[in-house]
Amino acid sequence: MKQSLFHTHKRNISKAIHFNKMMTWIATGISIFIFFLIFSLLYIILSKGLPKMSVHFLIGLPEEIDAGGGVGPFLLNSFYILILSLIMSLPIGIGTGIFLAEYAPNNTFTEFVRTSVESLASVPSIVFGLFGYVLFVEYFQIGVTIIGASVTLALLNLPVLARVTEEAITAVPKELREASFALGATKSKTILKVVLPAAMASILTGISLAACRAFGESAIILLTGGTSTSGVMWDFNPLSEGGTLPVHLWYVQSEALVEDAQEIANKSAAILVVITLLISTTIRLPLWIKEKISQLKNR
Amino acid sequence: MERLSNNLSKNTAQSFNLMRSQTKWTKTYVHNHLFRYLCVFSALFLGITLFSIVIFISKTGLLVFKDVSLSEFFFSTKWDPENGKYGAAVFIMGTIYLTAITLAIATPISLCIAIYIAEIAPNSLKNTMRSLLDLLVGIPSIVYGYLGSTILIPLIRKVTGATVGDGILAASLVLTIMILPTITRIADDAICSIPKELREASYALGSTKFQMITKVLLPAAKSGILTGIILGMTRALGETMAVVMVIGNVAQFGFNLITPTSVLTSNIVMQILNVDFDSTWNYALYMMAFLLLMMSMIFIILIRKMRPKGVK
Repeated sequence: MKQSLFHTHKRNISKAIHFNKMMTWIATGISIFIFFLIFSLLYIILSKGLPKMSVHFLIGLPEEIDAGGGVGPFLLNSFYILILSLIMSLPIGIGTGIFLAEYAPNNTFTEFVRTSVESLASVPSIVFGLFGYVLFVEYFQIGVTIIGASVTLALLNLPVLARVTEEAITAVPKELREASFALGATKSKTILKVVLPAAMASILTGISLAACRAFGESAIILLTGGTSTSGVMWDFNPLSEGGTLPVHLWYVQSEALVEDAQEIANKSAAILVVITLLISTTIRLPLWIKEKISQLKNR
Repeated sequence: MERLSNNLSKNTAQSFNLMRSQTKWTKTYVHNHLFRYLCVFSALFLGITLFSIVIFISKTGLLVFKDVSLSEFFFSTKWDPENGKYGAAVFIMGTIYLTAITLAIATPISLCIAIYIAEIAPNSLKNTMRSLLDLLVGIPSIVYGYLGSTILIPLIRKVTGATVGDGILAASLVLTIMILPTITRIADDAICSIPKELREASYALGSTKFQMITKVLLPAAKSGILTGIILGMTRALGETMAVVMVIGNVAQFGFNLITPTSVLTSNIVMQILNVDFDSTWNYALYMMAFLLLMMSMIFIILIRKMRPKGVK
């Protein structure tokens, strides 16, 4: 009797161990498979688009019917709208983050702001697009424009910026603030001169995240910026049409009449991927270098 | 008073210094408060934005019920605006169906990867995988849509023998790839934030790694993982352009996965540019957007309710 109990126990344990091994392999297998899949997708996009890339394509004007057009104005608009929207959303987003992290009293108003930030972050981009459409096309009657697109895009950035700023500031140790107060600094001075610089690294990462999202956004731009541009390169008039590269990619892929539509789509997708990778890595690069230097110093 | 004026006349320089420092102090005081009000104002601005979005969209959307009855809008499957038929059931069901299928595919895979990164992977690999996932979040959704329409749809056509290939299957696969990094990263954070002692206690009781993960880690990280899933869900719910490119955009049910169909977002974006602002058709589209807004806000409130008290 005792012997058999011992044996069943042993059998159970060995079963559990085998099961453990099997599940470990399965988790490893799935992870590796997914990462392999993602890498191959990126590789396909880049290998399809990059080899035929030329400067003419990057800054050339688009063609309606003939092959050989570029995406210059769309690319320019993408950056222009991104920068305008960041200029508008950075102060308000960071201000909200500071409020939530430093000032927010424990009351209904704070609760209301916190709920608004989280709800805004989850509002589907198409709803932002419709809001911008009502505001600029129907209410102000200025049609689809660069300025309309960037204001609407700024609204999309706000919650992301507010949240990352709050997280970054909360992570700053309390001692820094106390030291600053002890030196006689006011609260605003403490925040501006001590807390913000200390939190700068994580805030920058957050900004790069928001910038990537805004750069690739297409539903909002389609509704508030339109699908085409003014048709001239280096046009900085905020009232001209504001089609961006993501919208152009959609247009070319699904509606365009151009002969080489597929090639334009391939190249545009490759540019988009390269630029988003660049945005997220270049903003992190200084941090990474700083980290490495401090590591070397500590050694 | 006399003494003060005496002092003033005697030590003018000193008193000027005093006054100057006082004005300087007042200035810092004003700055301090101004800065505070700026922060409060920007927080208020966010709230106002949300409210005005809700009001604008709902005000326009609710006008649809002047011409269309509630039951027709929500339960009729006939979407034929040219002939005055505004049944949105196809799109509502489509959105729910698409989100459900996407989650059914994405959740197990993301959990697997999160467990792998948090518990199994060697340390050197962990950070590389995490930063890779962070990079993936930034890739434009339109690129995923483009990949879907150039690679996935021909593949589906070849494998299933469907004539078009567009439909729920293609859309849910594209969405899966899109929300995978979101769910994985949040679940990974949730698992990593569990104190080491729990793990050690479980090992001390003789459990294997897998038993420890399923019986201790996953239950303890439950609310974090659920938050990740809901955030992924809101992203899948509101995604527009990637879905438009692979779903086919036909107002019919697509329950067998490879029939071209349509969801709320894709229908709005395909039709909004071609309708008059003051038409029932337009109001119906705004009503659909309002539905989307409500769905995502309900999920966010759910997350807030789920969170333990005191944690922000």
